[in-house]
Amino acid sequence: MSNPLVDMQKPNIIFCIGTNMTECHPVAATGLKKAIARGAKLIVADPRRIGLAEMSHLYLPLRVGSDTALLLGMAHVIAREGLIDEEFIKNRTTGFDEFFEHISQWTPEWAESITGVPAKDIETAAMWYGASDKAAIYYTLGITEHICGVENVQSLCNLALMTGNIGREGTGINPMRGQNNIQGAGDSGALPNNYPGFQSVTDPKHQAKFKAAYGKEIDLEKGITKVTALELCGDSIHAMLIDGENTLLSDPDREHCEHALRSLEHLVVIDIFLTETAELADVVLPATAWGETDGVCTNTERRVQRMRAAVPPPGEAKPDWWIICQIAKRLGFKGFDFGAPKPIFNELCRLSPIYAGLDWERIEKSEYQWPVPHKEHPGTPRLHEDTFVNGKGIFSNVHYRDPAETISDEFPVWLTTGRRLQSYHTRTQTGRAQGIDYLLPEESLEVNPADLQKWELTDGEWCKMSSARGSINIKVKATNRSPRGTVFASFSFADVPVNLLTGSGYDPVTHTAELKVCPVRLEPL
Amino acid sequence: MAQAMLDKIQIDGIEVTFSEGETVLEVTQRHQKEIPTLCYDPRLEPFGGCRLCIVELEGARNPVASCTTKAVAGMVVQTATDTIETYRRTLLEMVIGENREVDVHPLRGYASGELMSLRDKYEIEGANITGAKSGTSKADDNPFILRDYELCISCYRCVRVCAEQEGDHAINVMNRGFQTQITTEFDGLLKDSACTFCGQCIQTCPTGALADKKALRAVDEVTDAQFNKTRTICPYCGVGCSVDVLTTNEKIVGIHPAMDGPANQGALCVKGQFAYDFVQHPDRLKTPLMRGEDGELHETTWEDALDKAAEGFKKVHAEHGRHSIYGIASGRAPSEAAYLMQKFIRAGFGTNYIDNCSRA
Repeated sequence: MSNPLVDMQKPNIIFCIGTNMTECHPVAATGLKKAIARGAKLIVADPRRIGLAEMSHLYLPLRVGSDTALLLGMAHVIAREGLIDEEFIKNRTTGFDEFFEHISQWTPEWAESITGVPAKDIETAAMWYGASDKAAIYYTLGITEHICGVENVQSLCNLALMTGNIGREGTGINPMRGQNNIQGAGDSGALPNNYPGFQSVTDPKHQAKFKAAYGKEIDLEKGITKVTALELCGDSIHAMLIDGENTLLSDPDREHCEHALRSLEHLVVIDIFLTETAELADVVLPATAWGETDGVCTNTERRVQRMRAAVPPPGEAKPDWWIICQIAKRLGFKGFDFGAPKPIFNELCRLSPIYAGLDWERIEKSEYQWPVPHKEHPGTPRLHEDTFVNGKGIFSNVHYRDPAETISDEFPVWLTTGRRLQSYHTRTQTGRAQGIDYLLPEESLEVNPADLQKWELTDGEWCKMSSARGSINIKVKATNRSPRGTVFASFSFADVPVNLLTGSGYDPVTHTAELKVCPVRLEPL
Repeated sequence: MAQAMLDKIQIDGIEVTFSEGETVLEVTQRHQKEIPTLCYDPRLEPFGGCRLCIVELEGARNPVASCTTKAVAGMVVQTATDTIETYRRTLLEMVIGENREVDVHPLRGYASGELMSLRDKYEIEGANITGAKSGTSKADDNPFILRDYELCISCYRCVRVCAEQEGDHAINVMNRGFQTQITTEFDGLLKDSACTFCGQCIQTCPTGALADKKALRAVDEVTDAQFNKTRTICPYCGVGCSVDVLTTNEKIVGIHPAMDGPANQGALCVKGQFAYDFVQHPDRLKTPLMRGEDGELHETTWEDALDKAAEGFKKVHAEHGRHSIYGIASGRAPSEAAYLMQKFIRAGFGTNYIDNCSRA
């Protein structure tokens, strides 16, 4: 997030797109509810009539995968109506003239033809956002899990840059991170393109720095992403070490994924349960869980916080860091003589400019949001206040692209996937918490009531849902949350493995799968 | 602002400064003076319902509620005269006399002991005022929130926290006066209301009328009403709410939200509040497993498992080169795990064949 969580109470215009925040980040959503109670206006763009949509002042029910078109149409209106921040554009950005020219063709009427959202509503959204000097954007995976995830994010940046709605209280571009330490995993360098602290691996300076630190010359080329690695399993990838991820259920195209992991010569999984993924491993190593492990995590607002052990682990379970060190030492690797998490975190801080001012003791009270470049630095709750990391904000002349697969006679229904309030990811955790079943005992497919007859479905009965990759059986639930022609299911339940169907395409830059769009066919069972 | 800070009021004979908009209660608390409260939660709009925070104000005919009275320059406030303390004691006796019990288990909720503490402070023994009791407990089959309204004192903290903090407006008030009853829309089950089971009502209730049903399962194990608290961060989404894990005899028995948590200020959701027991679930892996000749996974020792893990990487490295090995770090494990995963791949094999689970 560019802005801190406390800022969520501050905007006058809130633009939520592709985020089901009241279910997926419920506590963050309380900030928005307070802003609304204070008089802020909420614009929600989402294919489904989610909880946020019910709370909104303007709801834009766009077709799945058409976000770029909607955002281009909004940019067009903002420019046409003269709602741009000329001073901000002049001082802080580059490429506006070309962008201005580019967006002149993408009228709201054109956007309506792609998104299905009435042009006048697109105009209203643009006018509200453009006219406000305290407008904030919030998004989640509904923006990124598309083949055009990068263009979607760039389109949001365009809106913020042209109106100057960034770098101040109550503004910003704010992606909500989905897992407790997914931000920290990236910060720590578990990425194929970056060393710890987002230092590019293709920069020889960084290569030299880490050669000095690790005593090993590391490739100057980027590594491959997980998605590519899974494609190359059995071909050029022959061994994997997976820590705490149920790849098989969480990733798209389960059959492909299972085949990939099975074709490895050597698979080692570190986890707290014998997940579907761990069942395929040659060696499964039991890790300590949350509540049993001392360590550090970083939240969606870049706040670096301590996690603390409260109870001892079961049996012989060991912390992840200890397990990795033991394997490394057996392979003769240097620099793995750690006896506690503290020196590991402190080593990370020393090598990472964004954590340079931090250490194990300093984060005791959760006070710091990175970047914290040196020990006297107070941290950075708000990014981009005076300057952008790369100097000027760059406008991107993006184009709309259709999803990887579009509906056809064979697969005439849009399936979109996501999460639910009461379950988390593949339910390895919430599925084992007593009482959760009372609220959410099983998965079901949300279908608009008016579509039931057309597809010969019955509310509460089972149906067969097929995509180009496979079929699953799932119970039908009639609800107006789904628009006509679009259905929804979460990927949380192992007995309804929705990710058997998904995986039609990937963003070419980030390799994020298009989990939000998958044409399917529905048949009664 | 500098001028505003120069404004002063007098509290119990001492001149203190205040900022514009501060209430007398807030100014008093800032100067480490204790004023008893029951309907007050610093996160909520002042309500002035319980009247325990009354103070004497020079020039005012009657005592005023300090939580709803804004400080004005020159005010002279007395917080604990004999008269005020008598009023407070009487108010407490009335409240206590109406309730089934005051001694509640601390597992009921974060603030559940507030009424009990005030009774002890004012040394009130038994119910001096007896008569009809108010509040009818509601049978509700949900596994999380106990609705024991016989302990309700109509402070409306649950109603207000649900409306102001959570923004769900699931809890309502029915009837008036002595018949006042906290309930949900249409007086039904919480499941059928707007309730999301975030648990904030449980944690703000000062009497344990709304209580943590799940934590109370451990009531026999927490024998002396004592448990340990460990401050940590919720294991679920990326918001990073601060929580206190409640433990007794090496068992997790409940969760309290951290009222001073920078990301949540006392708020949690159903997952963070109630879905903690996966940690000590019987399904947890307790020993390393290794695939045997029979193709099945078998329990083994750490030595053998780690040797086999390392040997496999060594063999693949020797046969297929360093670009044949890939690492996937976790977005749930602490940063030390992710850091060492990338170091394992980079320092070990000299490649960037490392990723985490953020692309799905």
